[in-house]
Amino acid sequence: MTRLNARIPEGPVAEKWTAYKSGSKLVNPNNKRKLDIIVIGTGLAGASAASSLGQLGYNVKVFCYQDTPRRAHSIAAQGGINAAKNYPNDGDSAYRLFYDTIKGGDYRAREANVYRLAEVSNQIIDLCVAQGVPFAREYGGLLTNRSFGGAQVSRTFYARGQTGQQLLLGAYSALSRQIAAGSVTLCNRRDVLDMVLVDGKARGVIARNLVTGEIERHAAHAVVIASGGYGNVFFLSTNAMGSNVTPAWSAYRKGAMFANPSFTQIHPTCIPVHGDAQSKLTLMSESLRNDGRIWVPAKMKDVEKLRNKEIKPSDIAEADRDYYLERRYPAFGNLVPRDVASRAAKERCDAGFGVGSTGVAVFLDFADAIKRKGHDAIDSLYGNLFQMYEQIVAESPYETPMMIYPAVHYTMGGLWVDYELMTTVPGLYAIGECNFSDHGANRLGASALMQGLADGYFVLPYTIGNYLSAEIHTPRFDTSSSEFKLAAEGVTDRLKQIKNCGGKESVDSFHRRLGKIMWEYCGMARNDAGLTEALYQLTELRQEYSRGVRIPGGLDEYNPELEKACRVGDFIELGQLMVRDAQQRRESCGGHFREEYQTSEGEALRNDEEFAFVGAWEYKGRDAAAALHREELQFKEIKLSQRSYK
Amino acid sequence: MNFTLKIWRQKNATAKGEMVSYNVKGISSDSSFFEMLDTLNQQLIESGGDPVAFDHDCREGICGTCSLYINGRPHGPVKGVTTCQLHMRAFKDGVTINVEPWRAKAFPVIRDLIVDRSAFDKIIQAGGFVSVNTGGVPDANTIPVPKEKSDAAFDAATCIGCGACVAACSNAAAMLFIGAKVSHLALLPQGRVEAAKRVEKMVACMDELGFGNCSNTYACEAECPKGITVVNIARMNREFLSAKLFAEKEKIVQDSL
Repeated sequence: MTRLNARIPEGPVAEKWTAYKSGSKLVNPNNKRKLDIIVIGTGLAGASAASSLGQLGYNVKVFCYQDTPRRAHSIAAQGGINAAKNYPNDGDSAYRLFYDTIKGGDYRAREANVYRLAEVSNQIIDLCVAQGVPFAREYGGLLTNRSFGGAQVSRTFYARGQTGQQLLLGAYSALSRQIAAGSVTLCNRRDVLDMVLVDGKARGVIARNLVTGEIERHAAHAVVIASGGYGNVFFLSTNAMGSNVTPAWSAYRKGAMFANPSFTQIHPTCIPVHGDAQSKLTLMSESLRNDGRIWVPAKMKDVEKLRNKEIKPSDIAEADRDYYLERRYPAFGNLVPRDVASRAAKERCDAGFGVGSTGVAVFLDFADAIKRKGHDAIDSLYGNLFQMYEQIVAESPYETPMMIYPAVHYTMGGLWVDYELMTTVPGLYAIGECNFSDHGANRLGASALMQGLADGYFVLPYTIGNYLSAEIHTPRFDTSSSEFKLAAEGVTDRLKQIKNCGGKESVDSFHRRLGKIMWEYCGMARNDAGLTEALYQLTELRQEYSRGVRIPGGLDEYNPELEKACRVGDFIELGQLMVRDAQQRRESCGGHFREEYQTSEGEALRNDEEFAFVGAWEYKGRDAAAALHREELQFKEIKLSQRSYK
Repeated sequence: MNFTLKIWRQKNATAKGEMVSYNVKGISSDSSFFEMLDTLNQQLIESGGDPVAFDHDCREGICGTCSLYINGRPHGPVKGVTTCQLHMRAFKDGVTINVEPWRAKAFPVIRDLIVDRSAFDKIIQAGGFVSVNTGGVPDANTIPVPKEKSDAAFDAATCIGCGACVAACSNAAAMLFIGAKVSHLALLPQGRVEAAKRVEKMVACMDELGFGNCSNTYACEAECPKGITVVNIARMNREFLSAKLFAEKEKIVQDSL
């Protein structure tokens, strides 16, 4: 009954990609010119794909909702990008990076895809350096590395705390070069609101010009979605305000399956929530855990004194501090993977040992590191992060420990793709965070940048040719065809319906309510009763939303409330699917922690017998329940075991 | 905290704009400037009004989407931060705050506080890149780069393309923006190869797009949220002159052959 065929090449895992490349079909340069590709999104995945495909000679149109491609939220990634270069001579290899990524993902990712990711990782660093990305260097002039959570080697390349920015600006510069060369056309300030299928294949998109409100039709021989993650379903997250699921969700509604939607990453080191008006959360790079030590007071009386401001954190004696990560996980200490670190923080705060005015925070302390390495060394490593923290919180991490708490950061789930990164709709691809493929149930630090760029620079340019080679006789599409007309009218009708529903509440007020439901019942810890409650509340919310929202302004003008309304409508539907997915997965794995399934020590308890599969959901209609399909995961290289970071 | 806001309202690019007064109450001093504007917009939406349109996205000071003159200063009164990282504790309770869009010929207003900065994209498209393709590049450690140069390149590359430099300049010059990109790439061996061509093309593009000239007031440096210094403008001028000189010498040599 399953319709999922991952099309993984035969042969040993280390030879699959080479074998695939040797056997895949090519498109000659004359024919590439006749083929059009649409890329949605200009983050690391989208910008790298669009520029690489343009350079190959395809006709590319690239879409972004921002005013310029350089704004995409990849820009905010701080810590670094992994690669198996083994420059530090500490025993790294493609195999180890592959192994760490599968293990870090709690054995819920596909071996073949992850191995390929590890395999191409080195090429990314080479290319970025050639583009002028100013990675950190040693005095000898060569590149330097740092360690990151979930690994025992130093394989992370970085550009101070702004690695994502520098990598994105590199991809943006490559994209700009192709735009100037005429191979890529930029469609900025556009929301892609629907996919157009002709004879079952992806053939174009319907976009709204955000400045004029015009509903535009764009045709192509293939469509690539690179629209990023859906963490904003929680309202408060580290995502950008505009980050949305809409292109991916419209693909889902058109038949692309959505895999593991409940796999969400809660990042352990974010600035805690300050109040009700808060609009977003700010991440503090995981790299801080290299030198910072995480603790809470060991004694309740100190907790109380801190809260009453009778003592300062530095007044608490060493013996009265609970460095709970070092205590529970002596082998990895403060460098345990993100899901483990987040849950441990929640555990301490739930037990009443949290600090700060709300009691929902833990300390990240640099006093030891400053003593050991000196103020200047710490400044050169984390200067901009400290500055950012001080700007937001008005306290200096040089003088008093940072306060942090976990926040929604990344979504491992996404559109289901096969080995070629194609969704279940022919000609429709998904790359970067918007697909589900490489991180299983938990993503390791510095792996998102690696995956976005691997997909865009080094995977999709090969795999898309294999599909397009059969399309060289397909003429350019006429956007006045019935398929385009129907899709465009559908979008216009939806916008009119939202605009004219006659409600009174703002979009944001619904979005906040959605976020509260998701965080409460489908956040760091989930259980069956809570998930059932969430489904009930979400059904109500969806009904209220359809008649309760007020959109000022018109359809044919710049209208930020209308933009948000489409996004939040999709987020509510996605929320329902996430909850259903979390409910069907009766095990704990990675970021998905079901309270019913834990070890006696409170660690995630997997059930490999029954749940070593990818859960991919098929849309069955607006009010019908989605259907679950299973892709069984086969582990031939790596033996499944209980993850241990002790 | 309570504030009176005087905000520029303009329906679209061709409409006439005006300053309109609003009051907001009960704002937390820990709120960001945009969270304060969110509160205003909630009030406007719920009372049947029209919310204020402003550009914003990451809200953590790195994407460069946000803009705004706040009391006449790009990104407001605090040095070294973008508007999204400006917190209300920087203002006295009860004061009146003026909020306007960037004012520059090359940045036309789209609506209210939103301007069109695609001129910056055009300048980068003119040459703000290293002409390498995906694939076929040498190993990353083949060419050592002195740490000092690499660090200086990073300092220049940290520009977020927000346009505060243009907004701060009485001539609406884009020299700091271009100087930063020219410096970033000219300082690295990878970008050095086409440095001369790059600076000529980017400067020519800037002139075409209607940006003004630099008159060394250093206002751009003072208002840059990322601390980009005018040293980058000096470096660009040097690159530009040497590119021109080199081109002339080249011409003399060519003519003599």
